[in-house]
Amino acid sequence: MIDSKKLDPNFKHEVATEMGGINISRCFACGTCTAGCPVREIDEKYNPRKIIHMVLLGMRERVLKSDFIWLCSTCYTCYDRCPQGVQLTSIMTALKNIAAREGYIHPSFKEQNRLVSTFGRLYEVEDFDNKKREKLGLPPIQKTFEDLTKLMQDMLPKEVMK
Amino acid sequence: MKYALFLGCTIPVRAQNYELSARQVAKRLDIDFLDVPEFSCCGFPVKSSNHETSLVIAARNLAIAAEKKEKICTLCNACTSVLTEANKELTKNKELREKINKELAKIDKEFKPGVEIKHFSRILYEDIGLDTIREKIKTDLSTLSMSIHYGCHYLRPTELYDGFDDAENPSTVENLVAVTGAAVVDYKNKLECCGGAILGVEEKIALSMAKQKLDQVTANKVDALVTICPFCSIMYEDNQKKIETTFNTSYNLPVLYYPQVLGLALGVDVKQLGFRLNKIRPTAVLEKLGVTL
Repeated sequence: MIDSKKLDPNFKHEVATEMGGINISRCFACGTCTAGCPVREIDEKYNPRKIIHMVLLGMRERVLKSDFIWLCSTCYTCYDRCPQGVQLTSIMTALKNIAAREGYIHPSFKEQNRLVSTFGRLYEVEDFDNKKREKLGLPPIQKTFEDLTKLMQDMLPKEVMK
Repeated sequence: MKYALFLGCTIPVRAQNYELSARQVAKRLDIDFLDVPEFSCCGFPVKSSNHETSLVIAARNLAIAAEKKEKICTLCNACTSVLTEANKELTKNKELREKINKELAKIDKEFKPGVEIKHFSRILYEDIGLDTIREKIKTDLSTLSMSIHYGCHYLRPTELYDGFDDAENPSTVENLVAVTGAAVVDYKNKLECCGGAILGVEEKIALSMAKQKLDQVTANKVDALVTICPFCSIMYEDNQKKIETTFNTSYNLPVLYYPQVLGLALGVDVKQLGFRLNKIRPTAVLEKLGVTL
């Protein structure tokens, strides 16, 4: 059931002001995105056409609190095939960015942010790793990136770090 | 020909076989790699949470390359697309560039347009070329048959890659494999995504995506699946056992990085191509060539 009192008619405009969100209102619901989506092929709970439609209807809270927006695998198939140039992958990024700012970030992305801001990579590089690299004849890699850590701590909203 | 080698997160820690073989192949083809320890993550993992922060991470790397006046060679598809996208966006959009540079100024860095970014496979195809590679082939791999997984970000979004290859009907990596003499075997879902980007979100979906591909590739009884991205290899190789257990099936399909294949053909010593680090030991592949590890 959709409760019309809970709809936010401004949501699509809000999404349109995010980076890459500008073309959301061009969608004419043809379903090319959903037809070619490799995630949807496995699990129907991820359905790009439906997500765009929910945004256009103004179902702000349902979309931002959902698990499904985090299921885009960013393959860009829909992005390339959309006849209206809606740029769906960028819209999914925009939705995830808004959700993250409002504290609905998926824990796996929170952890990725922590790792990159602490170590400059998705992995903590230990002495063991550089010893292994040395044995293989590969140059050592840097273990921390203080300048990057500073930048990320300044920029990332608190909700997505802790 | 000189490139700054951009390793990203996964390759230097989890896919040294890719790095080792790429370095060996580069040496044989007169590509000079410059190591840049200051290169960090490309920014891809942070994009879902905060696009602007990921742009700053990418721009910091691009600024470092610009200071050294070097072009960037990537090995990972995601790094290729995120760095290329940031480069194009920040070149085109002055307002955004000023905003990002304001952040970078805090660490005395500045993004300037003009850095060139290319995936290693594209460099091999475009800058070295099939003819030059063909001349340097020492071992014919025609006893082997292989299928190719391109991975999404090598060619998508199409607008980033200025007409290079065709995302709907790609051929560059197939041609790069064919030049070694190996038979390239096409299969049903070649364009489908590995699922790597959502492995941490919902493992079962990601593994199912990878399973579909393994099903199709093994239906043709090829000797190996060839990849050019560490994310994809993690799905097909590192997670192959888990997929077998989860879905009660069996593949035992070797997954090789393209430079490992090319390295064999160029006559690089098999011990220098990192095959010992492959999780699915490609013993049968090597035996067909009469080599042992």
